[in-house]
Order: sequence, then C-alpha cells, then structure tokens
Amino acid sequence: MRNDLIDLRAKAHWVWRETLAVHRRAPETRLASSLSSIEIFVALYYGGVLRFNPSNPRDEERDRCIISKGHGSICMYPILADLGYFPMEELQHVCEAGSFLGGIPDPVIPGYETVNGSLGHGLGVATGMALGLKRKASDRSVFVVAGDGELHEGANWEAIMFASQHKLDNLHLIVDDNRISMLGYTDDIVSHGALTTRLSAFGWDCIEVDGHDVLAVRDALQQQKAIAEGKPKALIARTLKGHGVPGLENAPLSHIINPKPELIDSLLEKTQ
Amino acid sequence: MSVKPLAMRDAFLERIWLAMAEDSKIFFTCADFGSPVLDKIRADFPDRFVNVGIAEQNLINVSAGLALEGYTVFAYAIAPFITMRCYEQVRVSLALLSEVRPMNVNLIGVGAGYSYVVSGPTHQCYEDITLMRALPNFQVLSPADHVTASAFFDTCVNTSGPKYLRFDAQVLPVVYESAAPDTSKGFHVHKRGETICLVATGYMLHTAIKAAGELASEGLRVGVIDLFDLARFSATEFQDTLKPYVGIVSLEEGFRGRGGLDSMLFEFISRRGLSARMLNIGVEGAYHFELGTRTELHEKVGIGPQAVLNSVRAFAKSLTN
Repeated sequence: MRNDLIDLRAKAHWVWRETLAVHRRAPETRLASSLSSIEIFVALYYGGVLRFNPSNPRDEERDRCIISKGHGSICMYPILADLGYFPMEELQHVCEAGSFLGGIPDPVIPGYETVNGSLGHGLGVATGMALGLKRKASDRSVFVVAGDGELHEGANWEAIMFASQHKLDNLHLIVDDNRISMLGYTDDIVSHGALTTRLSAFGWDCIEVDGHDVLAVRDALQQQKAIAEGKPKALIARTLKGHGVPGLENAPLSHIINPKPELIDSLLEKTQ
Repeated sequence: MSVKPLAMRDAFLERIWLAMAEDSKIFFTCADFGSPVLDKIRADFPDRFVNVGIAEQNLINVSAGLALEGYTVFAYAIAPFITMRCYEQVRVSLALLSEVRPMNVNLIGVGAGYSYVVSGPTHQCYEDITLMRALPNFQVLSPADHVTASAFFDTCVNTSGPKYLRFDAQVLPVVYESAAPDTSKGFHVHKRGETICLVATGYMLHTAIKAAGELASEGLRVGVIDLFDLARFSATEFQDTLKPYVGIVSLEEGFRGRGGLDSMLFEFISRRGLSARMLNIGVEGAYHFELGTRTELHEKVGIGPQAVLNSVRAFAKSLTN
C-alpha cells in the first residue's frame, strides 16, 4: 500500500495490540519500553521516512535503521512480520527454542542491523556508517532509535561530539524520551535536563515532539530528512513508558513489571 | 645485506599507506595517536583517515560502522587503551557482530608489555593476550620484529573478521633477516633442541634466542619457537613440532598464570595428549611502578635474560631428576 494511504494511527494501534499479544505469549520480553516506541517505528516504517527492502534486508540502497534500545523494541517484531521480513507465524514462537525472535532482539533477525542487547552502542556504530556512506557518496541516511536512559552511557557522547564535528547530516538520532530506566525516573537518577538544549549545544539540529502523535513524529522526521545543512539531527520524542496499559504507564518500575495475563486479555478485548 | 630495524608500526603503516593508493576501500581510524608514517596517511588520504580523539569506545564503534559499509578498517591506538578501555565495544560491535555480518576490522595496539618503559603501568600492557584471545573469533597477532609485523598486513587485508595486532613500541632487532616467516602457519621454528623448547611471543622471542645461545655454550641445546599467531596457528604442525620435547617453556611479556600464552600452551598440551612438563615465564602478578631500563624491569619481575637463564637451567635439572 502507498505510504500516504496508510492510516498511521490505525497501524500504531494494531502494533500496540500485537505487541501486547507477543508479550502475553512471551512474558520474558520487555513490554513497557516497547510500548513507548511504537509510534516512532510506525512513523519510520509506514510513514514514508525510511527506504527499506524486506526481500533484501541488507540492500545497499536502504536507509540504515539502528535499533539501539534493544530491549524496548519488541514492537518491531509485528512490524517486520507485517512488512514481509519474516512470516507472521513466527510471532507465535517468540522466546521459544528454535525461534530467532528472542527476548532481546539480535541481528540474526532480518531487519536488525546491529547488536542491541547491550545499551549505548548503536549511535557510535551509526556514526561510522554515516561517515562511510558520506565517503561512498551515498545519499542514504542512518536512523538510530535510542532510549533516554541509554544516553547515560558515556560512549554516546563521544559519538554525539564526533557526529557534529564531521557534519553528519545523514544521521538521525531519535530519542524515545520516556524518562524512566530500570529503577525509576531518569530525572531522579541522573537527569538529562532538557535534552534538546544539551544536544543543540553539541551542534545537533533538534526537534521535540509528542512521541505518541504518530503524524507529528512522521512530519518531524520528514522535515529533518529533507534538510542537509551539515548538522546531525535529533528528534526528542516525549513518550510514556508502558503507554496505554493501566498500572504500567509511566510507573517508575514499569521496566520490570509484567502486567497480569488477565489484564492483557481484557485490554485486547476492550480495544478491538 | 642486513635489514635495517624499524618500528613495527612504521613498517605496518607504510604497507597501509602504499595500499591506500591502490585500494579505495581501506580506511584508517585512530584515537589521537600518531607516527611519522601516519603523517603521510593523513596528508595523502584525508577522506579515509579519521582521528576520533581520545575516545577509544567511539574508535571501535565508528570502525565497526565503517566496516559494515564495506571498508577494510585499521584502527590505531595505544595497546592497553584499544583493548581494555573499550573492551565491551570490541566484544559487542566486533566479536559478536562479525559472527552475523562480514566485517574486516584490524586493531593495531602499540605498546606491548613493558615497551613504554618509563610510562608506568597505565601505558604498559600485560593483560591483552588474555583478554583478546578470550574472544573466540578474534585473530591475535604478536610479532617479534617489523618484518613479521609488515607481513601481517597481507593477513589483514586477505582475511575477513576482527584482528588484534600487538605491536612493540620500541625498534626491535630484526629476527627474520632473509625472509618473513610463513604467517599462515602461525609460528616459526628458530632452532631445534633436544629436551627443552622455549615458546615465546613478541619481545620475549629475543630473550629466548639469546638464552638458547648461552645455554648451548653450556651444553644444553634448547629449541626456540616464535608463536606469533596466538589464535589460529596450525595445531597439527605445532603438535608435531612440540612432540619430541619433554619440557616446554612459555615466555611472555604479560602476567604469568592469568590466561595468556602459558594458559594457551597448558590447554594445548593437555588437549593434544602431550606429556611434556611446563615452565611458565611471565610477569609475576602485580603492577610495578619502578623505573629502569626494560632489561632491569624484566629482571625484577622474573622475565629478564638472567632470570630466564636461571629458570631454564633449574627446569632442565628438574627434568633429569
């Protein structure tokens, strides 16, 4: 279907439901941080932002999408299946022996570029890819989806400085700014303050957006992609961890809380 | 005609510089670390040279990203920093990722063992063999002279996967005057002996060769092997070479008994069912802050020429009892 005809909000809702269903079958997966990033991935993959090729996931002509917040991307499983990277049937076997869909995604999954289980590596690798693409005179872009908690890893800031130094305007960082890491609110642990201000000070072009407004996310990404003025780009998506699940949404310990199966069943029934 | 000794890094970087003119897929990255030859690379290939600054974690990740885009990457920094400062990046973005996606990244670590003599333990490197050989798909290359280092360039460009090159920071005497060793075999036999064989890597090969000469004059004929590929040497040939010996001595400029060359040989001998007894010569397990010449420092920690002679003599005696 043409990207401009896809109802992004309906698609995001479908991904939300499928993500809950995957977690219902595989409670080892991290639900809350996957629910905060749904609209980001839907905008990227269905909103005409990313160029990709499910029949050849490593197509040279693709835009590179690095999913740095590995744990929090279980919502990518239904998206990749829906797009044809692998059969939808595989979603029935997440975390089962023999499946390639684990509790934390790995690059053995078609559509995943890098190792994502350990946090804070995606952006650095992405800056290398972005530099490589520039040197190859490719007009492809590199997108990185990272969590705000993950930005505590210092290696990110080495990459952030490097990207602006080398004017990597083919590099997009999307921060799923749900403001919660494993043990609580990031503002209570080590606050990033206003990320937009910080990243701007590091020479990045920044836009802040409601990360659950899929149309706003898409518009912001398209706007940033259309500009190439020698600055790397950051989209700060303000999101809610555990979005849409009572008891989980914005709960400080949502990363390690598993909602009861009955709650998931009732949500799936109510939101059909 | 004798070969003029060079620093390993200069010999190796010269090969890179020459190849960059022919191969547009070679990229050089460094963490704010130089050499005279590096100046030529910077000047002649500015588009394929990048200094990430004092940021080894990013050095590894940027190198991985470049390799994923098809470049053959040479990443260059001081040995303890390119291995230990960024070990998780090395593990995740190189060792792990290269199992799924083809990539060719070559880490050049300068400063093996005590070679930064007066810089103290932060810049000296006694743990890297242990750490790098723990990564199953890493090739670990430890030359004893610049001729071997230079020959490793061909290994690097012709073999995919991550590699670690452990270079001495000093100009060492040339061991391979007539021709470079056969790098595909992973080791080179310098001398055949009768009862005892010294297996050395890097700088310690020089100590082993000297010790063997001295011991020969005393009537003790020991063999000497240069083991320069610590991960992918030819196991069958190595076994055949070691088989005649009843005593094997490991010599390394790294901590003794902590997973380095000595552990590797223990495992090898055990797995292959060899009956030889072992003596391990390596740095006693502590950091040292004393100043002195490299030889003086080596003597203090049990790996100097005199200490080696004494240990091997005692070992030989114990084998006859």
